[in-house]
Amino acid sequence: MKYLDEFRDPALAGRLFAEIDAAVTRPWALMEVCGGQTHAIIRNGIDQLLPDQVELIHGPGCPVCVTPLETIERALEIASGPDVVFCSFGDMLRVPGRARDLFAVKAEGGDVRVVYSPLDAVAVAEANPDRQVVFFGVGFETTAPANAMAVVQASDRGLSNFSLLVSHVLVPPAIEAILSSPTSRVDGFLAAGHVCSVMGTWQYEPLAERYHVPIVVTGFEPLDVLDGIRRCILQLEAGRGEVENAYPRAVQAEGNTAAQDVLAEVFEVCDRSWRGIGMIPASGWRLTPAFADFDAEQRFDVSDVTADEPSECRAGEVLQGMIKPDECEWFGTTCTPRTPMGATMVSSEGACAAYYQYRRIATPVSVRHG
Amino acid sequence: MDERVAGAVDRPAGAAEIESWSCPTPVHPGERVVMGHGGGGRLSAELVEHVFLPAFGSAASTATPTDAAVLGMPGGARVAFTTDTYVVRPLFFPGGDIGELAVYGTVNDLAMSGATPLALSTAFVLEEGLEIDVLTAVATSMGKAALRAGVGLVTGDTKVVERGHGDGLYVNTAGIGIVPEGVDIRPDRATPGDVVIVSGPVGMHGIAVLSLREGLEFGTDLRSDTAPLGALVAAMLAVDPDVHVLRDLTRGGLATSLCELADTARVGVEFEESAVPVPEAVRAGCGFLGLDPFHVANEGKLVAFVDPVRSDHVLAAMRATPEGAGSVVIGRVVDDHPGMVVARTGLGSTRVVDRPLGEQLPRIC
Repeated sequence: MKYLDEFRDPALAGRLFAEIDAAVTRPWALMEVCGGQTHAIIRNGIDQLLPDQVELIHGPGCPVCVTPLETIERALEIASGPDVVFCSFGDMLRVPGRARDLFAVKAEGGDVRVVYSPLDAVAVAEANPDRQVVFFGVGFETTAPANAMAVVQASDRGLSNFSLLVSHVLVPPAIEAILSSPTSRVDGFLAAGHVCSVMGTWQYEPLAERYHVPIVVTGFEPLDVLDGIRRCILQLEAGRGEVENAYPRAVQAEGNTAAQDVLAEVFEVCDRSWRGIGMIPASGWRLTPAFADFDAEQRFDVSDVTADEPSECRAGEVLQGMIKPDECEWFGTTCTPRTPMGATMVSSEGACAAYYQYRRIATPVSVRHG
Repeated sequence: MDERVAGAVDRPAGAAEIESWSCPTPVHPGERVVMGHGGGGRLSAELVEHVFLPAFGSAASTATPTDAAVLGMPGGARVAFTTDTYVVRPLFFPGGDIGELAVYGTVNDLAMSGATPLALSTAFVLEEGLEIDVLTAVATSMGKAALRAGVGLVTGDTKVVERGHGDGLYVNTAGIGIVPEGVDIRPDRATPGDVVIVSGPVGMHGIAVLSLREGLEFGTDLRSDTAPLGALVAAMLAVDPDVHVLRDLTRGGLATSLCELADTARVGVEFEESAVPVPEAVRAGCGFLGLDPFHVANEGKLVAFVDPVRSDHVLAAMRATPEGAGSVVIGRVVDDHPGMVVARTGLGSTRVVDRPLGEQLPRIC
């Protein structure tokens, strides 16, 4: 595969680190929005190798982590029903509800299946006309087009046994919520490259302008992340606050317009609760009235299932960048991936899981290569 | 948002978890078996620790866990004994099939104690409706594999379960072998200073099998690395009969093997990420599936801990065999962080290496 080794080259990384070192004159706090970037940073120890003045704050961009407990409970209720095939991305299966997770529902006899694409769930619906097939539609703008396409396909094929449990969230309102928070320490953002590959970069222009903050669209390989950090620092040191695209091999300013067209047809903006953070206005998508028949919450009448977040879990503070995962008193003791208190310890994009997986001991001395 | 949010693999009955974890906790009352309990990761270990060993009581062996038990015989001979059940799907995959796996897997477990394999039993669970041609092909493959590994298939059993109660066919093999005099290979012989050698590129079996899974088919030239390791081990012992530790890399990959060894021997292990050979196709497959190549299954690779004084000779002997041609030194056993494996990344930073929680890929072996 092209574009792998090139973006992990130690010599190039050394040059980027040196440029960052030379540019930094004061402390800066940068937030990487996406959980995939958090994992790249922690797995590769990028934060250990940066100058002390550059702090990375881990953002809320883990779709599994921000899906409300209420939605998880609704998923568990639907999946436990008779004649239901509940399809989901694998990450959602271990997210704890109040008493169990989807794996437990499966072990109790529920038909819970891991799929890689919502279109596979449509195929399952077509092959099982006597059963209700539900896809758990979570995620940011990245996963939404495929979910929208699944609904369009199901509609075109007249599949009355397919529905979507929708919990889509949007990045720009989350960035705005962080920027407008009085406690925010964030000086610059690494925006999520894959979200922008769908939506483009234009949505971020008003934010950068209004808050005079650098927003650098960034990829996921180690050197992508480093280059995003470098550009962010250069902007901050020069007093600039602009949208910049550091991931041009995947992202164009206008985004994927075909995907945006399908999204506009199937979804409309709504208020959405974020697990650990709370309600953010106009920060989610729901199905438009034209596709309301495919809404699993309506079909299974689970809208009255509610759940309060456990008060002791501090995932909200982690997701807002207020504490680092290992600053939580439960981290690694009461709360582990085997006994998670919150979704941030479960998801492969969760910040707590990243710290647990790669950072459980005092970090040995690191030496830059290249 | 990262497109790898799609965490696992489509399989109708199935579940695949990608997450990793550590820290053993007791099995909770009322809990049921989940797919991850069979994955060879931490959940499997939990079953052994919290269900089997307490339930077996004093009948259970108290020896440290190894791939094969080594039993002293009257007269002083030592016999290695092991068993494994094979539930891989699909039954045939690029570079191998379930029959070959069932022979090599068990032979390799014997080889990891330095034993020369002597005999294998074969037990089949067949699903009603399985085509006899399929069974014949699997059995033929087992015969060929046994010849290559130099082991006899000496006893067996066949059961049939009703349609829908099996996955076509499952195979169990048990094996015995003789441990040569003077050879003492076990995890707790790991000694700080030991050189850590891996016998070739990692991740090939897992990605080759995954490339055929329904809902996930992707083109790859990768073939499973399925191979018997007895000859490789014999070559190593010929130059260093005092090899300290051997472990074949199967489910859970290189990371799991190293973590288990560090845990059992209460030593630390450090390795250079960039020193571990990962074929380009494995890296690519792992990239878009969101998997860690160090967690992906292998079926013809081992990791060895050897005395630094003899490590050059061992490495040369390994490279002179077909199964060990790609052998490289990847790291060292250390005094620091006992029980933990630490990798130095390509960028020069360090990170903890963990084993996957359950199975990373469903039923690879």
